[in-house]
Amino acid sequence: MSEASGAAGSPALLAERLDADPTRRVAGYPVRTGRPLPFGATVVPGGVNFSVYSNHATAMTLVLFRPGESEPIAELPFPPSCRIGGVYAMIVYGLDVETIEYGYRADGAFCPEQGHRFDRGQILTEPYAKKITGGETWGEPRATREYRAQAGYDDFEWEDDQPLNLPPEDIVVYELHVRGFTRHSSSAVSFPGTFAGLTEKIPYLRQLGVNCIELMPIFEFDEMSNPRSNPETGERLHDFWGYNPLGFFAPKAGYAATSRQGMQIEEFKNLVKQMHRAGIEVVLDVVFNHTAEGNEQGPSISFRGLDNSTYYMLTPDGDYYNFSGTGNTLNCNHSVVRGFVLDCLRYWVTEFHIDGFRFDLAAILGRAPDGSLLANPPLLESLAQDPILRDCKLIAEAWDAGGLYQVGSFPSYARWSEWNGRYRDAIRRFLKGDEDTAGEMAVRLVGSPDLYEGRTPTASVNFITAHDGFTLHDLVAYNDRHNEANGEDNRDGEQSNNSWNCGQEGPTDDAGIRALRDRQVRNALLLLLTSRGIPMLVAGDEAGRTQHGNNNAYCHDELSWFDWSLVQRNHGLVRFVRSAIAFRHAHPALRGSGCGESHAGTGRYPDVSWHGAQAWEADWSPHVKLLAAMFHADSDGTQDWVYLAANAYWESQDVALPEPPAGMAWCLFADTGAAAPDDVHEPGQEPPLADQTRASLHGRSVLVLTARPAAEPGMPPGAAAPPGASET
Amino acid sequence: MQLEKHMHENVTVIALDGSLDSGTAGHVQQELNVMIPDQGQVLLDLSQMSYMSSAGLRVLLLVYRQSARTGARLALACVPDEVQSVLAATGFLSFFHVSATVEDGVAVLSS
Repeated sequence: MSEASGAAGSPALLAERLDADPTRRVAGYPVRTGRPLPFGATVVPGGVNFSVYSNHATAMTLVLFRPGESEPIAELPFPPSCRIGGVYAMIVYGLDVETIEYGYRADGAFCPEQGHRFDRGQILTEPYAKKITGGETWGEPRATREYRAQAGYDDFEWEDDQPLNLPPEDIVVYELHVRGFTRHSSSAVSFPGTFAGLTEKIPYLRQLGVNCIELMPIFEFDEMSNPRSNPETGERLHDFWGYNPLGFFAPKAGYAATSRQGMQIEEFKNLVKQMHRAGIEVVLDVVFNHTAEGNEQGPSISFRGLDNSTYYMLTPDGDYYNFSGTGNTLNCNHSVVRGFVLDCLRYWVTEFHIDGFRFDLAAILGRAPDGSLLANPPLLESLAQDPILRDCKLIAEAWDAGGLYQVGSFPSYARWSEWNGRYRDAIRRFLKGDEDTAGEMAVRLVGSPDLYEGRTPTASVNFITAHDGFTLHDLVAYNDRHNEANGEDNRDGEQSNNSWNCGQEGPTDDAGIRALRDRQVRNALLLLLTSRGIPMLVAGDEAGRTQHGNNNAYCHDELSWFDWSLVQRNHGLVRFVRSAIAFRHAHPALRGSGCGESHAGTGRYPDVSWHGAQAWEADWSPHVKLLAAMFHADSDGTQDWVYLAANAYWESQDVALPEPPAGMAWCLFADTGAAAPDDVHEPGQEPPLADQTRASLHGRSVLVLTARPAAEPGMPPGAAAPPGASET
Repeated sequence: MQLEKHMHENVTVIALDGSLDSGTAGHVQQELNVMIPDQGQVLLDLSQMSYMSSAGLRVLLLVYRQSARTGARLALACVPDEVQSVLAATGFLSFFHVSATVEDGVAVLSS
């Protein structure tokens, strides 16, 4: 190369390296001592740098395959010169990265009582694998027993893209499953069930108004690993959700339309880039509490064979602790594993521009290697203080399957937010009309200051439903779970759901019940989207998606697909949700950081004030099923007021409205007691109430008003009385 | 993979015949570097392309970059459906003008 290639005009000398040639041959392949960092397989000039570590292995062998062939084409033991400490690193030259798959054999002791389970007979996937092959087509059994890795290119035309770094108080999270979102034949996308298909739905997301998608696991997993079948149909069940990671650095190939061409990385990067262009953040649901290797009966895929005692929490006898409910528990606060988790998250942020992470069963991340609870877990601190992750959203599912429930006490380092399970429980009970729930609902509405004292409301991710549990439609249509098709005699899934079927279990033709369900769904969504904190919706809830009462749909590859015909059939509900999201975006009063400072005597409105049947007089008696609040924000001289009243009682109740601010009139944004289309109004076009002093709330309904300039001083404009709000 | 170059009016048309993958990417890229003029119009005729992998796509993108640097105008013609799908799914389609036929591509580049 004498052309000093390119516009930059850099001297040709720099383009060449002194260490770019092989020094010896191993198994016929030209090799050279590799670089320990970065870990994993990295394409370098002329070859691939393979780096893998294990502190307890005695030797390591690189095993190369051709795609689809069961026997390896070569086995390359790492020579002593290719080892530094516990790291084995070797550059192998002349490999065609697209037609070579690789794995490792690790030598070492097999003595489970001491924690070691080495087995030379196993071909292992390395933890840093960027691509894992064999699962290119969803639902097809893999051709090979082991999960093989492949090196890939890491360059991508990002142009100027970066994570969006939206203020947490401004985001509306939309949890979705990549396949389930567009796999249904009604999705009308070119690439159903894939990253590319999701990219095609950006216009819908924009229109809906969500600005953060939270993707259920996209790390490589094996959807065919579920041994059960559906007892009703005999069909095989899947691991549809994917909370059993095989490869923490590899985007799931079966989620890419282009994985047959090996382009799942590029396809996923394009998804993130296009989301960012549309102003939508991408948060990944990540599973660092366990792996797909299960307990001692499970397969040896990667970590177990590479260094079992490092990666897993083990009892003194060498058995697996099971705080995850899946058979094993990743040893997160072991320093090696901590480094691995940090490397992984940094990879997703730097290489994929990911905006944040939601950590599955995150309470486990605060456990010591012996399972005990750490006061100051090094992993959580590292993640909270890491410079690359500094602006990332970090969201904890602050409990685990070992009985730890840390909502409100998860070590946050002023950085972590939590899935607020107590918000979910409180809002469900309140909506159902349970005794003594209005007081707690009030606290949940303003960011749960009882749980997050001294922090802002964005510590709380508020939600009513999540992938795990009933859909919102089913929450108001079923009292009990109906998981028979899961093959466990309806014993799996959450038993206490705080759900209410409104009078009949499941589908009904009863118009009254159907109307009540519609209202309850709107009540839930309206409360969620007017609550302080970070609201999270589940994809499809805005259109009435049902799982027919199944509240643990992890194993079904169709049950939770989004049927897009619902968007048309339930267009009134979609419109309602879209308007409620837009209303939230338009009103800083709903996104304030205060939880109820009074500003007494200053002449200023409190940022939250509580009301009831009488203005400025809240009644917190246990039997009261009425909640009324006024939110106020004053930013740069622009004032904003929102009044909310929620009636969880089955009969109508009247509320006296607080006097609107001078020159302003109360205008109706939403009244779930009114029939569509009068249940909601376009933000900015809310009609004034005819009666500015009082409103009547339909049984089980929510009313939201905003103060807008009155047309004439002291008097609301003479527009027609808005339906619903003033009629009794 | 075979490359063939001819002039169509003022447009340099380069036909790519065969599979563009990691096995052929290196030499294809070298040949394209030589064939693509620093200025002017270039049309890549992909009608005979049987397969394109990640490495192959990278060649197209590197050619795109090179032409963007030098000022050459670049378009693709007769993109096979599968290749078009891959370009669409990965977002790379937006970097290229794509024509259904060589004649259309020549016309667009000449205009």
